[in-house]
Amino acid sequence: MVVETDLVVVGAGPAGTSAALAAANAGLGVILIDEAREAGGQVYRAPARTLKASTKTRDRDAVVGVRLRAALDRSSVRFERGLRVWSIGERFRTDTAGPEGVRTFKAPRLIAAGGAFERTVPFPGWTLPGVMGLAAATILLKSEAMLPGRRVVIAGCGPLLAAVAAKVSGGGGDVAAVIDMASRRQWASVMLQLATRFNLLREGAGWVLGLARRRVPIHFASTIRRIDEADGLLSVEIGPVDGKGRARPGRSSLINDVDAVAVGHGLVPGVEITRLAGAAHTYDRLRGGWVPVLDAMGRTTIEGLYAAGDGCGIRGALSAATAGTLAGLAAAGDAGALDPDTLASKSEPQLKEAARLDRFSAAVSDLLALRPGQVADIAPDTVVCRCEDVRRADIDAAIADGAADVNQLKHFTRCGMGPCQGRMCGDVVGELVALHAGSREAAGAWTPRPPLRPVPLADLIGSYSYNDMPIPKPVPL
Amino acid sequence: MTTTFDLIVVGGGINGASVALFCARAGMRVALIERDQICRGASGVNAGTLTLQMTRVALIPYALEAHAMWANAPEWLGHDVGVVVCDGLSLAFTEGEEELLTYRAARRREAGAPIEIITGTEAQGIEPGLGASVRVAGWCPIDGFANAYLTGLAYRRALVEAGVALLERTIARGVDETEPFVVNTDRGPIRGRRLVIAGGVWIEPMLAWLGVTLPIKVLINQLSVTERVAPVMRTQVGIASGLLSLKQYPHGTVVIGGGWQGWGNRETGRSGIVPDSIIDNVRLACHAIPALAEARLARSWTGFEAETADVLPAVGPVPGIPEAYVCGSIHSGYTSAPYIAKLLAQCILGQEPERLLFPIDRLILQPASAATVS
Repeated sequence: MVVETDLVVVGAGPAGTSAALAAANAGLGVILIDEAREAGGQVYRAPARTLKASTKTRDRDAVVGVRLRAALDRSSVRFERGLRVWSIGERFRTDTAGPEGVRTFKAPRLIAAGGAFERTVPFPGWTLPGVMGLAAATILLKSEAMLPGRRVVIAGCGPLLAAVAAKVSGGGGDVAAVIDMASRRQWASVMLQLATRFNLLREGAGWVLGLARRRVPIHFASTIRRIDEADGLLSVEIGPVDGKGRARPGRSSLINDVDAVAVGHGLVPGVEITRLAGAAHTYDRLRGGWVPVLDAMGRTTIEGLYAAGDGCGIRGALSAATAGTLAGLAAAGDAGALDPDTLASKSEPQLKEAARLDRFSAAVSDLLALRPGQVADIAPDTVVCRCEDVRRADIDAAIADGAADVNQLKHFTRCGMGPCQGRMCGDVVGELVALHAGSREAAGAWTPRPPLRPVPLADLIGSYSYNDMPIPKPVPL
Repeated sequence: MTTTFDLIVVGGGINGASVALFCARAGMRVALIERDQICRGASGVNAGTLTLQMTRVALIPYALEAHAMWANAPEWLGHDVGVVVCDGLSLAFTEGEEELLTYRAARRREAGAPIEIITGTEAQGIEPGLGASVRVAGWCPIDGFANAYLTGLAYRRALVEAGVALLERTIARGVDETEPFVVNTDRGPIRGRRLVIAGGVWIEPMLAWLGVTLPIKVLINQLSVTERVAPVMRTQVGIASGLLSLKQYPHGTVVIGGGWQGWGNRETGRSGIVPDSIIDNVRLACHAIPALAEARLARSWTGFEAETADVLPAVGPVPGIPEAYVCGSIHSGYTSAPYIAKLLAQCILGQEPERLLFPIDRLILQPASAATVS
């Protein structure tokens, strides 16, 4: 059975939830779908149900999340929780699967708000047990109130480093070190640009002062060179890097007796829906990679398809909410639920806010962007595609064998064919191919295909009788 | 390019690449024009099934020869395409399917395919992964599958070694002259004394360059693959109607096909899946191999297949245009292509082909009737 409505919103993070609320307030029938049970996305992630009563930490994000979910509960938005969208078709037929079987929704308009995923630029040891993403560590901390380890190294780049370090440390874990690819000078320049964002600065300063109080060593302009494992413990070798992410000659040092490493090198927009729908995209290194071409309101080049949030360029949660509201308003306006004047007057303050926030997100975007030198430095023996065990040397050999873009490379090597569907390695592989192809545009991007996430066949087939199946007429003899 | 090649092949799928390869090895100077990359269309995205139980009766002798070629690919192609030779089973779950299967197996056996009808219990002895409800099965020891996505890598290496001028990412837009042939491309004209049209579903618009009207029906076949799972099957499995193909690759993924139709457009090249049809295909697969239900679907995709009016190949000279040939629309084409392309290469090289080609005179519409069809 197909459930029809005015607007389908995929993703219930800050962008999707704000979009759904704005469109519903304007009078549209809205179905909001998320694979999680609760709205909030990654930043405003709800604690697991069993933890709710005992959760004492009430940081700013947690409070915003509670408010967001309350607003959603009060609204007319129909929130379809725990459903995995696996296919988006013509006129935004949206096919989902869950433990209760398949369900299909359809609307003349769809807002894609699927968020981002974390980038890890491979180094020897990145696939060892105990090594995880900064985002994964955040999920453990927020959703399960669980430490990633007892003695943890936190590494990579961006503001999440200090946030995770502060949470691990505040939760009773020992932060062995923070390894930041950015230099002190790069941070100073960011701070200057954020000078008017007092709240953000105060929060950041709080994290850093907390780490200083606990005498956590912070290594700037440094990166993990390799991680080795012995007797269940990790030893982390670190060394200096330049502004492009290239290893600088210099003394490396070892951090021993570590049981977890949280490492992340920025975020990559999740553009699966907009690409599957055939919208135009462009490569934007500072926004995290391939992003859909959008107008100021979030309209893609496909009529009726909108996008908002980190899934169309990394700008952070605050920008995501504003962009979501704008996309929701645009959908309502385009559907005729808001007249042009009302649409303009409701959009104006949001557009101003979006422009203001953009300046701040631009300040940190360089910290989070892929550093080309870091990719060029990946050693031949290092596994790049961890699902299929494809090493840097295999990729270079395939390129020498004639693989001219990422899809041909995929056929030659199985790189990107595993269960992560190329999400984990795609950005780095694009950069490796670009070293030979000349540009990211020439290297291309994986061909988008359903399912948008791997789906258990059991969820797809439900219960059925063989005799009722519509089997087409036999092929000719 | 001022060179005049001995042969220009338009279309770098398995048909065109095979013709180019055999002619180059026989000493011809060959240019292969492909608008994308070698074997990245239907030849690279099909299910890789090498079965006789879906092959048309008229093609069985060809498919038997081709199967032997695939099984020895490293010997004649020089490179591996991951071929696995294994038992093949075609299943019947209902009385109607049993009747269909028995009749079809007998006809294919007459044509030379060693297919035997066995009981459901015997079938389970050969394929322990089968569900309980199999009535009878067609069993053929000559079956198997290739890793279709490796076709491009293997053929590309072979073509380069044979000295074929590979013009990948080159779009052929028409034929300006025929004596010699001048193929108009986005990278300039390509001259050659002979021409082979091997453009898959696009052989219809390509033959129109030569003023020949040969209608091609476009099939949009859907395929799905699971993530890697522990072994759930060891044979190539189909059903009586031909609407299922199922096999597990050595690395653990299971490819589910059978020609269920998606949506697509030959002119734009865009295509996609139809979710309900994917679900039915997957249901059929899980009905055959129940343990599959525990796997996750990793990817579904589509490919274009060409079909002529009589569902038999269009392979032979183009009537009225000396030294122009066509090679395409071979039903279950991946299985039979290397052999049928070899026959066409023999014809082009002035030899007597080992077996008959499939001349296209029978398929060509004359101008008057062409007008009513278009």
